[in-house]
Amino acid sequence: MDLKELTIEAARAAVQARRTTATSLAEAFYAKIEKTDPEIGAYLTLSKDRALEQAARMDSLAAKGEELPPLGGVPIGIKDVMVTRGVRTTAGSKILGNYIPPDDCTAVARLEAAGAVVLGKLNCDEFAMGSSNENSAWRPVHNPRDLSRVPGGSSGGSAAAVAADMALAALGSDTGGSIRQPASFCGVVGLMPTYGRVSRYGLIAFASSLDRIGPLTKTVRDAAIVLRAIAGRDPMDATSAEVPVPDYVAELEKPVRELKLGVAKEYFGEGLDSEVRKSVEAAIQRLAGSGCEIVPVSLPHTEYAIPTYYIVATAEASSNLARFDGVRYGYRARDARTLSEMYRRSRNHGFGAEVKRRIMLGTYALSAGYYNAYYLKAQRVRTLLVRDFEEAFKKVDAILTPTSPTAAFKLGEKVDDPLSMYLADIFTVTADLAGIPGISVPCGETKENLPVGLQILGKHFDEATILRVAHAYEQAA
Amino acid sequence: MKVTEKDVSYVADLANLELTQDERRLLLRDLNSILDYVDRLSQLDTTDVPPMAQVSDRYGVDQSRTGSARFAYASREDILEGLRKSLPHEVALQNAPDTDGTFFKVPKVIER
Repeated sequence: MDLKELTIEAARAAVQARRTTATSLAEAFYAKIEKTDPEIGAYLTLSKDRALEQAARMDSLAAKGEELPPLGGVPIGIKDVMVTRGVRTTAGSKILGNYIPPDDCTAVARLEAAGAVVLGKLNCDEFAMGSSNENSAWRPVHNPRDLSRVPGGSSGGSAAAVAADMALAALGSDTGGSIRQPASFCGVVGLMPTYGRVSRYGLIAFASSLDRIGPLTKTVRDAAIVLRAIAGRDPMDATSAEVPVPDYVAELEKPVRELKLGVAKEYFGEGLDSEVRKSVEAAIQRLAGSGCEIVPVSLPHTEYAIPTYYIVATAEASSNLARFDGVRYGYRARDARTLSEMYRRSRNHGFGAEVKRRIMLGTYALSAGYYNAYYLKAQRVRTLLVRDFEEAFKKVDAILTPTSPTAAFKLGEKVDDPLSMYLADIFTVTADLAGIPGISVPCGETKENLPVGLQILGKHFDEATILRVAHAYEQAA
Repeated sequence: MKVTEKDVSYVADLANLELTQDERRLLLRDLNSILDYVDRLSQLDTTDVPPMAQVSDRYGVDQSRTGSARFAYASREDILEGLRKSLPHEVALQNAPDTDGTFFKVPKVIER
């Protein structure tokens, strides 16, 4: 069986028709992982028992001629920031090196209820903080398209696993670009749903007003299938929205003719790599050729998105990460003589450098005397960013941008300059701050054969339109 | 704004991090560099712009009601015990670095 050619529907159909079994499919992926992952580093933990039990369940349904659920037998990987009952979950951090969650993340539970086979937990930047997967406490991930380069981050393991056929789909999380940017670096599809579209229950929190869970897949159709399975109100997450879940797959084939697609000049300025520009502009032309109207728009506060993000996200993170104190779970420093020493040492030993940097920045921004100048100011600028999108969406149905200013950079290239790493998020953070959905779809390669991503941003809860545009592009390309 | 060594110490205390000398030095440099960049936010006039703490405040909220009734979507009255049973005691202790079977054990709380 050629893993490269498989899609979610093809895999499920093959298991249903008993041309293959879910068990042999899982075993084929495990064999690929064993062969390929030593040079990629995508997986942190494999969950073979759980996977094979689920596969057996699907096989027994197929054997009885019963209809499989929508992801029946489909092998998937889960970013290690989502808890999985009984399966070690580390968030890419040593502070949770031995943590075995007592419960499942809702998105994972829904995928399993839909028949998916959870192969294991995927490597990521520590607590989802990073744009290259070099902040993982365990090991970096190598881009399957060029092993000397980063896969992007923080869902680097998720993107690499799908790109290298070590999972048919993966769940990632996005707070500042962590699904879309690695998808673009690895040449796969990455969808970040609207804030509140997918429950955050079981997602180890980084920034609670920004975090989203979403799929990384080989095709747009696969992303639509996964989204349909995981989206929807969850009483366990008070921020999950009471908005009905459309049939995203049925919506895909609707025509894109006469849709108005915005191109924002602020995303095409200097700093955009010329090869990336070429690929994205060609993609825009292709969509114009499909009958879409290309409309220039402006998002004037774009240049303020990164500083806003790095205050809001770090402030929220400093609060969310306060729970890691060595008391109830995770790493505890053994040489502490007092409770206070235990807190400080456990945290200082357990957290990596980038996490500490962000906790410090966030704590500073929230501290007395600085709260107004930093946190409150950033929250006001956030409103301005949202208004930019509201204005633009009065004129267009979706907005086209490059996903990232460059293609994948080399491992080690940006580790010594945190600010330069932060600027890599420049095209992705705006959508996180505004709460809107975005998808990255592969749109070509640079001269060095590195993938380039086209990003399509949409209105709140209008994943159907961005999926439709992405699908139309994918079919035309 | 210029971050000083004293600021780094103060913030590290607030954040409960026992930083090493080297870490303090690097963080001093990094915080200053990042905050220098963040300072450009002060270029924007945000008088009369309300702060946005939650994008999801904008959907699900019942604007016709006041107080916590506006957020009725976030709670349920029909469940007496909560949405589901609490984590069983032994499961809650499962990941603990040190317990006596009932409580989490930690080093002495009060320093003398």
